[in-house]
This record gives sequence, C-alpha cells and structure tokens, in this order.
Amino acid sequence: MGPGGAGEGEVMPPLTPNLSPQAGRGSGFLRLDRLDKHFGALHVTRDVSLDVPKSEILALLGPSGSGKTTVLRLVAGFETPDSGRVVVEGEDVTRLPPERRHFGVVFQHYALFPHMTVGQNVAFGLESGSVPREERAARVAEALGAVDLAGFESRRVTEISGGQQQRVALARALAPRPRVLLLDEPLSNLDPTLRGRTRRELKRLIRSIGITTLFVTHEQEEAFELGDRVALMNAGRLEQVGSARELYESPASRFAAAFIGRSSVVPAHWEKAIGRARLPGGAAWPAAPAGDLVDGSPVDVVVRPESLGFATARNGTAAEGRVVERRFAGRETYFAVLLDAGVEVEVLAAPDAAQVGWNVFVAPAHGGPSPRAYPRIAGVE
Amino acid sequence: MTRRANLAAALLALLLLWLVGWPLLVTLAEALGAPRWTLSHFSEFARRPEEWRALWASLWISLATVGLSAAIGVPLAFLFERTEFPGRRVLGALVALPVVLPPLVGVIAFLFLYGESGFVARSLQALLRLEESPWRLSGPTAVLLVHAYSMYVYFYLFTRAGLARLDASVLEAAASLGASRGRILRRVTVPLLRPALTGAALLTFMTSLASFSAPYVFGGGFRVMTTQIVASKLNGDLAMAMVETVTLAAVALVGLALLQASERGRIVTGGGRGIPPARRRLESSRWVAAALGWLLAAILLLPHATLVLVSFVPRGTWTTEILPPVLTLSNYASLFSEPERLRPLVNSLWMAAVATFAALALGFAAARLAVRGRTRLGGVLETLLTIPWALPGTVFAVALSTAFSVHAPWIGRFVLVGTAAILPLAYLVRNLPLTGRSIFAGFRQLDPALDEAAASLGASRWRRFRRVDLPLLAPALAAGASLAFITALGDFVVSIVLYTFETRPISIEILSSLRLNEIGVAAAYGVVLAALSAAVFFAWGRRSEGGLRPPG
Repeated sequence: MGPGGAGEGEVMPPLTPNLSPQAGRGSGFLRLDRLDKHFGALHVTRDVSLDVPKSEILALLGPSGSGKTTVLRLVAGFETPDSGRVVVEGEDVTRLPPERRHFGVVFQHYALFPHMTVGQNVAFGLESGSVPREERAARVAEALGAVDLAGFESRRVTEISGGQQQRVALARALAPRPRVLLLDEPLSNLDPTLRGRTRRELKRLIRSIGITTLFVTHEQEEAFELGDRVALMNAGRLEQVGSARELYESPASRFAAAFIGRSSVVPAHWEKAIGRARLPGGAAWPAAPAGDLVDGSPVDVVVRPESLGFATARNGTAAEGRVVERRFAGRETYFAVLLDAGVEVEVLAAPDAAQVGWNVFVAPAHGGPSPRAYPRIAGVE
Repeated sequence: MTRRANLAAALLALLLLWLVGWPLLVTLAEALGAPRWTLSHFSEFARRPEEWRALWASLWISLATVGLSAAIGVPLAFLFERTEFPGRRVLGALVALPVVLPPLVGVIAFLFLYGESGFVARSLQALLRLEESPWRLSGPTAVLLVHAYSMYVYFYLFTRAGLARLDASVLEAAASLGASRGRILRRVTVPLLRPALTGAALLTFMTSLASFSAPYVFGGGFRVMTTQIVASKLNGDLAMAMVETVTLAAVALVGLALLQASERGRIVTGGGRGIPPARRRLESSRWVAAALGWLLAAILLLPHATLVLVSFVPRGTWTTEILPPVLTLSNYASLFSEPERLRPLVNSLWMAAVATFAALALGFAAARLAVRGRTRLGGVLETLLTIPWALPGTVFAVALSTAFSVHAPWIGRFVLVGTAAILPLAYLVRNLPLTGRSIFAGFRQLDPALDEAAASLGASRWRRFRRVDLPLLAPALAAGASLAFITALGDFVVSIVLYTFETRPISIEILSSLRLNEIGVAAAYGVVLAALSAAVFFAWGRRSEGGLRPPG
C-alpha cells in the first residue's frame, strides 16, 4: 500500500500554499476547474484545479495510480469528468469530443497506426482539418523535419527504432498545429541512454513552438528538467504545484517531502516550546513545522540526506546509531545508519567519514534544507 | 457517450435475445406443454425405450469417437510436429484439411470409398468372387468410423499446437536430470499436453454429440438424438421433438461447462513460452517416418480423392466394374448449364453471403460495444453470441422452426418457416459465434489508444472506423467471415429441417441426387462445395483458430 492509503476519513490539513490562488477564476490559457472523476467506486481524480499560462510546460508528477493520467485523459476528452470543467482560451470544452478539441496527444506507447507509413501517420491529422490537399505534403515534411526525421515519409512505422517512433508520434501530434500538447509518459519507452538526450530535444522543440504543454510522468528528474512548473499528484489529489526548487525545498505536505528527492522519515514528538522534534532516543532535532502542531503530538520528521551529518560527541541533537551500509556516489557517500530507536536514516557525508559497523552520532547539519515535521497520520507509512 | 453505448448495447442484446434466446425458450415452453404447463411430455419421453436408446447411443458414440479420434490424431501430430521428413509441411497441412470441409462432403466421400458399392467393397467382391458386396456400411460402426475419420483433426491440430508451444529447455532439463526418452514423454510432455488433449477431447465430444450427417446417412435403424429429433419432427410428433431437443441441449450445455472448466486450467499450465523443441532428424528413421507420414496421409485423404474421381463418372456408365470405365466432365457441365442444377449452388451462395454479412455486422457491433463502449452488457452480448456454438445445429433448427411458424408479432413470432428468409436467418444464428469470436479477439488485440489518437487528430467516428478500425481488424473480419461462409455454404443439419424446394441448398441437392442414384452429380456437387470451402479458407480464413467451426 502506497502513501495515500489512508482512510477516506483522515483529513489532511489544507497544505496548499503554492496552489495557484486564482484557481477557479483564473486567467490561464488552459484551465482545469475542480475536476472530479470516479471509475465505479474508485475516486481517481478529486477536485483538481490547475491554471496553465500560455506556452508553459507543466509536468504532472506522481506515483502510479495517483490519477495523473486520468487528468490528462480528461483534458484530452477521452474521459468525461463527473463534475468540473476544462477551459481553453475561455472556451469550455468539457463536453466537446476529442476530435473537436484540437489538442495534440502523444501516447505512452505512441499509438502509431501500424498499417500506415510514417508520412501517412503524420498526414492523418491534416486530412480532416482545414489544410488544403496540396499543402499537406509540405506540412508533413515540415513536421518530420522538426523532429529530425526529414525524408522518413515512406518508411513503415514498424521498421523504425523506438526513439524514431517516439518522434513520429510527436510530429503527428504537432502537424495539425494544436492548441495544447498533451504527453503521456512520453519517454518511458525509451532506453535510459536515449532518454536524457530525447528529453532535452523535446524541451527545445516545445519551447521553439511555444505550445502550451501538459505532460505526465512518474519520474521526478524528467518532471524537473522538462517542466516549467511541476504539479504533484497523490491519490487523485493535487498535493502541490510549483517550481522544482519550491517542491524540493519547501514541500507542502509529508507526501511531497517524502516523494520528491531522497529523504528519511523519522517518527518523533513535537515540542512546541522549543520548536523541535524529540526523537525516541532523546535527541531533539530542529525542524520546520508544517502548520500549527500541537505540543506533544506525534510527528514525522522528513529529512534530506544532505541535511544530516555525523556529530563528534553526544549532545542535545545527536541521535546514536550504527552504520549499516555505505554507498559511494562520487565526491560524497551515502551512509545508511540504523538509529538506536530502530529507524534507518540516510546521511550524506565525505567518503571517509565513517565505516560500516561504526557506532556514530547523527545530527542535523548546517547547509541543507531544514528537516520538516508533519503531523503523523494513522496508517501512513 | 456511455449512455448512448448502453442504449445501443441494450437494443443489440434485445435483437440477439430474439434471434438466439427466444426460439430456445419457445421450444422449452412447448416441451413443457405451454400454456397448460405439464411434464407429461417428459414422462412420455422417459417411458419410451427408443428415446433412451437414442440418448445412450449419442453418448457412447461420442465417447467412442473421442477415443478413436485421439488414437489417430495424437500419433499423427507427434509424427508431423516432432520429426522431419520430405513432404512433411504439405502433408501436415493436407491432413488437417477435413476440418474445413463440410461434414456432408466427408460422409459421401466415405460412402464412395467404403460403402457397399464403393471402391473397396467392389475390389474385395471381385477379388474374392463374392455374389454380393462383402459388407453393408451402416449402423454404429459406420457412424463411428466416419466420425473418427473427420474428427481426428481436432486432436491432430490441438496436439500439434501443444507440442509447438512446449519449451525445449523444459525437456532438456528433464534429460539433464537423467530421464530417459520414455520417462520424459510420460512425466513431462504428456502432462504439459494435457490441457490441449482435454480441449480436443471435449470439442470432439461436442462435435460428435451434434453430428447429424453421418448418423443420418449411415445410421439405418441406429438412431442418435439428432436423427431421432428430425425423425420425430417428420413424423409429426412435435411435442416429443421438443422434449428431445431440450434434452440434447441440456447434454450439450453440460459439455460446454466442462470445456470451459478445461480452458480455465489451460491458462494455469500454459505458462512459460520458450523455444519449441527441434524436430528430430534421425537419418535411420527418416525414411520410416516419411513412409508412415505419406501412408497415413494417403489413407486419410483417400475418401476425398475418391469423391473427385466419382465426380467424373457419367450417369449409368459404371455398373459392375471395379473402376469406372468412363470419366468425363459431363456432371460438371450439367451442374453449370442446367438451371435446376445450378439453382442449389446459387441458393447456397447467396444465403451464405447474406448470413455471413449480417453475422459480421452484428459481431462487429457487439464487439465494439463490449470492448470499447465499457457497457455492462458486454458480457451478455458475448454470451448471446456464443450460445449457438454450444448447442447442436439440430437444436437450433428445431427451435427456429418452432418459434417462427406462428404469427404472433406482439411476442416476436412471425411465420418465416416456408419462406426464403428462414434459412439465411438460421445460418445467421449459427454464424454468430464464428464471426463474434474472431471479431472480439481482434478488438481485444487492438490498442484502444489508436482510436483515441485518431480522435485527438480530429477524425470523426466514421473516419476512425474506416481508416483505423476496419483496416486493422481486416484479418479478424476475414477469418471470421470465411469460417462463417464455409459453414453456411455446406450446411446440412439446419437445412434439412428448414429448407423449401425454392431455397434448397447444395447439401440437400447432394442428398436427393444420391437418392436418384445420380452419384456422379452428387460427387460433383460435393467437389464444388469442397473446392469453394477450401478456396475461401485458404484465401482468408487461415488466421483463425482451427477446428472451432460448429459441428454438423
């Protein structure tokens, strides 16, 4: 059971400081207004509102099953929301079938028509539109040129590589010059070596066209590199919308803190008077509270590896533990430390800072983002 | 969209219910003496020893057919799948041919070869200087032989497919653990083949249970349920025919339940897909295998070769000679030049075409709604399409003739019996599972994102159908259509209950030619029918699973 397996009754405090304040009224080019969708008893999208300004690239990030693909499909028109609206340039398209929305979609497995050539695939969207017959060939060539596949018109889609198929899918979506571009995990089917390069090319192309883009990914690195902003989803809800840096440095929820970047979660109790979290072993870690925490209430402290360090002696902030694993990562090394309280934390330090088997003290270090304390929710790991 | 899909699905389900379910319900009601509701017909059935004899005959003949077919089909499959010899590929395809030929064609081919005035009997008679034919080909033995001759193909195809699916590394693992060849066969190969063998056994059982042509032509006084039903009906004992029909349907449904249970098992055991074992190329036994292969293929295909030969025999030229003295094309000439002889051909062609087209349209609509439309009625639609496959043709023939011989439009009953509409309608019902199965499978393999991609590119529903669905489903449509067309073209079991003189199909004409002792003409019809069927099958039908045509 992933995060978000919490019961329906458990209400998260409204941790949405970064949600666009104008949601619901907004001025965005593409506006999702309180989208709600059930599949049977499953509530897959809960009250999702988003404003995407013209030419922005927005990444929808989240674990599998978080509802991000459903949001994309609602925007594309493949699904109809139970309630809420999709608005483009002030036009409500919620009830408009996909064929009349004029959105470009790139599918996870590309969905190229296997019985057509590359050229026929790209031309498909030009045939039902207003593009005159004599212009189509030029438009196909232009679109293929843009993705670096000039001259591929007569190739069969089954005989080109995965990376080329991905670019044909992109060219096909862009050829009719859609209002909005929607990408569903566009890079997930490429092998890792190709992914990085394709990602940069994709970004350059989308930028040069200036098209408003919504793309779905479960990979944080992809979301951070491609997206101007990232919308983090969990259990059908929008957790936080913001820049990569905002998400990393000031996560709005325990989920956001744990999902974005590497982090450890340490159970503790909140001591309001000193503004610290008391660990079971007695150490009190300074932490930024998420909202107003009750004195003595159980909290989860979410801490990045770079925010922890080895302390030389027992003091008020040092928690005792033993190094159980050492993972070399270039200039620095990740140490897994099993605290005496039974929790494992990750510490980033110099490679020779400790050895496996050593007894050490772990304490918040200066420099990294401050540890954050979130109210503990029953049932959430 | 979803509401519209639900409405369309409901309407389609209603139409299919009227075509498939309603006639069966009407038959059941009449068997129960509606509107007076009584079990007296059933108790009458239970009191008559001849009914029990027919029921028992159906069961034991079917079980014996399973055993005999397995005895032919399984070794044949091993021979053609596991050894390599000259001509293996061509012969391997040829011995599967009977499955695409109409059952009646096989029956008369058998008659011409092994019948009392067939080649074998004549040869023996001449050889031994007998006064009369050494045997009369009739009764249960004859039926059983004909069954085994045509139904070994199920065991052959299923076992070959099972062998081809075997993972060579599993056999190699067994060998590396010190198992002898015999032990590997016993402990590994056969257990892994069991789902295929069970499937073949149940399919053979159901086909045999539904078989009509063989017991009708060769049965003589020996009756099975299908022939008993038709006899009761012809004798005017309609209530008894209804009870018999209901009984046969019940037995068939039990068979189907077993078949489905065995297919569930198949998923569990069908796991690992690896490289199939290499064919054995032993120099010493290579020629033995080749000789065996050629011999078996020759024996199995001899009846059909006989049929071709007999089709060249002009009327009245072959009396006591072992081999026909004169061979001409006159039978074929008369088939195509005399309007009355051409008529059954034309009838069968148009009726099969109409039924196939309608079955395609209904199958397509049902599959699209069920797979794409996310309607809750999807399962209902699929079940309704499958029912006619599970029930013997005779059951449907009787059900349709019962339901559509009364004028009561307000309960969906019309007088269609005796009109030109009833046979195409009956063929349509029998074709539904063939096109349905194939199109459902096609739709399930089709990535739904293709339709969405086309929609997002601005293509209307009609354009998506024309440019994306239709070309991509073409193989599935062609496969389903060709099987359906072949089945309707050669149908005998339904036709004999429902035909009129005006709409008589080829099979009925074959039978009346035989009665008039025009064996050459009957054979020529048989050859034309077989050639058309094989041509259609090899042109379009090969992508479909073999052996899933309904029995007759």
